[in-house]
Amino acid sequence: MNHATRHFVAQRISAVLLVVLGLWFAGSMSGLDSFEHVVVVAFIAEPRNGVLLALLCATLAYHSYLGVQVVVEDYVHTPGLVTFSLVASRIAHAFVALASIYAVFKTGFGA
Amino acid sequence: MSNTERPLSPHLSIYRWPITMTLSILHRATGVAMSLGLIVLALWLMNVLLGGASYDQFLGLMSGVVGRGLLLGWSFAFFLHLANGVRHLFWDFGRGFELSQANASAWFVLLLAISMTAIFWLLL
Repeated sequence: MNHATRHFVAQRISAVLLVVLGLWFAGSMSGLDSFEHVVVVAFIAEPRNGVLLALLCATLAYHSYLGVQVVVEDYVHTPGLVTFSLVASRIAHAFVALASIYAVFKTGFGA
Repeated sequence: MSNTERPLSPHLSIYRWPITMTLSILHRATGVAMSLGLIVLALWLMNVLLGGASYDQFLGLMSGVVGRGLLLGWSFAFFLHLANGVRHLFWDFGRGFELSQANASAWFVLLLAISMTAIFWLLL
């Protein structure tokens, strides 16, 4: 599979995953009694919720990176700047994903 | 050599903006908006971990007019991108390519996203 085909397939697999995880998240958020700290912690501490939330964060960041890549490739035409933007985007997305997943696991399963 | 029969486009005085173009632009715009929203999602989760005053401060910030406005925008972006994404998946399987179908699905997706956003905020 060449890299363009791989991008196409990866974007769609993550999209289908996000339909499920995204609707689960929207449903869960509207189901919360409030957004008080104890309520949110209790939600995340439920193992199934913690795992799904971490999976959501990872898939969101991945799908977002793929989307931003398309936007960069469409609008940025200076070769060096394209590479720079993609590397910066990759670092930013990795950072945001790791911070989110760390927070979820530490809240749910940590000390 | 000039061919005066060729179509001139877009002819601004009689140009009708197609709904399909609106959805195309919105799909990208909502995607980029949500990419930025991921930062706020991460901040929320980090503040949940930190707890105490920092969480209350974050909650206060997002409960304000600006915070709610952003969340309303992101929730609409989410439902629109989701519904239109499914529309794209149908196209990937070669379905719904007729002009009339594309126009109808564009309106359907737009109204569905508005409805889902409204229902989400009513249930919240």
